Amino acid sequence: MSTQHTLTTREDRAQARRRRTRRHIAIAGTSTVVVLGGLAARIVTARGWPSVRRTFFSAHRFSQAFGGILSGFWLDVRLFLIVEVCVLALALLIALIRTFDIPALFPLKLLCIVFVDVMRGIPTILLVYLVGFSVPALNLKGLPNNEVVLGGAALAMCYSAYVSEVFRAGLMSIHPSQGAAALALGLSPAQALRAVIVPQAVRRVAPPLLNDFIALQKDVALVSILGPQEAFRVAQIFQDQYFNFTPLLGAAALYLCVTIPMTRFVDHLQARTLRARGPSFALGPR
Amino acid sequence: MSGLGPVIPGAPAGAPVLEIRGVTKSYGDQDVLKGINLTVGEHEAVALIGASGSGKSTLLRCIDLLEEIGDGDIFLDGEPITVPGLNPVPIRRKLGLVFQSFNLFPHMRVIDNVVLGAVRGQKVPAAEAREAGLKLLARFGLESRARDYPDRLSGGQQQRVAIARAMLTRPRALLLDEVTSALDPELVGEVLELIRELKLEGMTMILATHEMSFARDVADQVCFLEDGRIVEQGPPEQILSAPREAATQRFLSRLIDANRL
Repeated sequence: MSTQHTLTTREDRAQARRRRTRRHIAIAGTSTVVVLGGLAARIVTARGWPSVRRTFFSAHRFSQAFGGILSGFWLDVRLFLIVEVCVLALALLIALIRTFDIPALFPLKLLCIVFVDVMRGIPTILLVYLVGFSVPALNLKGLPNNEVVLGGAALAMCYSAYVSEVFRAGLMSIHPSQGAAALALGLSPAQALRAVIVPQAVRRVAPPLLNDFIALQKDVALVSILGPQEAFRVAQIFQDQYFNFTPLLGAAALYLCVTIPMTRFVDHLQARTLRARGPSFALGPR
Repeated sequence: MSGLGPVIPGAPAGAPVLEIRGVTKSYGDQDVLKGINLTVGEHEAVALIGASGSGKSTLLRCIDLLEEIGDGDIFLDGEPITVPGLNPVPIRRKLGLVFQSFNLFPHMRVIDNVVLGAVRGQKVPAAEAREAGLKLLARFGLESRARDYPDRLSGGQQQRVAIARAMLTRPRALLLDEVTSALDPELVGEVLELIRELKLEGMTMILATHEMSFARDVADQVCFLEDGRIVEQGPPEQILSAPREAATQRFLSRLIDANRL
């Protein structure tokens, strides 16, 4: 520290910044260790801890159940992927029918409005139960009676309703001048939709779309009420048998392994959209 | 000018490229066009001047069949194009429209913007369209930006891309809707220069503009619009220097006051 009026150099400022950064890291690190370590110590030394550990974190029960849960989870993943593809296609179709007025499709538009209202208004679990048990009870030829297929169909119906609203918001956010420019180039309305409007709309709603994917990935477990041996169902059977909750935590961990990376991916995507296109793109074209 | 496929056959000798007869247009109970008559001959450039809201843009949109007209007729090469029930898509392919706000497609690269109309609309093979597009971009001084997304370009470059996009399929007429109004002043020149070149090559055009000196320079005819009507029409020297109508005089003196003339 000089008392003379020497000018602060760039190097001085850089050094000060580095010192400050180091200090901040040290403080954050220490306080984290103290708080989290204290909390852990408190929990582990609590009187009920051994019983908690036996019930929720039993290594024995875990290794016993894990193989079954994992193969159950594989069913979840496959079901999720297939349902997701159906949802994307159906939802986009509903959104297009609802957004654009085509006289011939008017009855379809009415049906879509009713469909979305009803599907969004029914608890998902009720819908899965209803479809899963009522369709086989009809005893009709040609209708599937596999509980995985029926549960998947119920989920697809429910999520198409939600996702169609996401698509619709995206379609309506594209400025009409984009459509006008496409028409002026000699594209037909259908070509303008395909080449210009839908691609921009889908890009714009990618983050909320992925949010709905994450919700669907979890709700796949609802199919278990129909009987299929998916991860939650398998874990529950073990829990019933041994009165030990470790398998359920194992199943939960598997779900997290998929949903947390997906969540981070959504965040990343959102940040990238903002960075790449600037705030004006987030608010609309022009 | 590099182009694609066969040139759209011109009009029978002497017939105007565009003929607008008694065209009206209203939005609800607001009459925007109140009977427009205008003839645009081959290689001719017509400038539409007038205050904002006088109907210049609406007229261009009506000609490109983006708006349905209320009454009257529009003829392209002698053929009526405003007959109810006529499919507007093939007609729009014969006209090029450039917008004030560019309206490039932000999710497509510059070159894909330029070839979209040819590839999707007119089914030109992609490679052929691409070659023609690159040639045109090179001519407009934009070949290095072909693979960029439009938002990486300056306003002047974006508008030149928009003009290239409208020109690729060799329209019979180019409709320019205040193409420099959204540009920073220092970028206006490059766009006007390009339009001047197109005019010299014989492109038929209608341009709505606030640039009076440009209208004087490029246009063969100037139309002054007020309140949905063509109030005065004639060669630029006459309309811009010695207008007969009081409304035209008022409009021009306001521009002089605002240092725009």
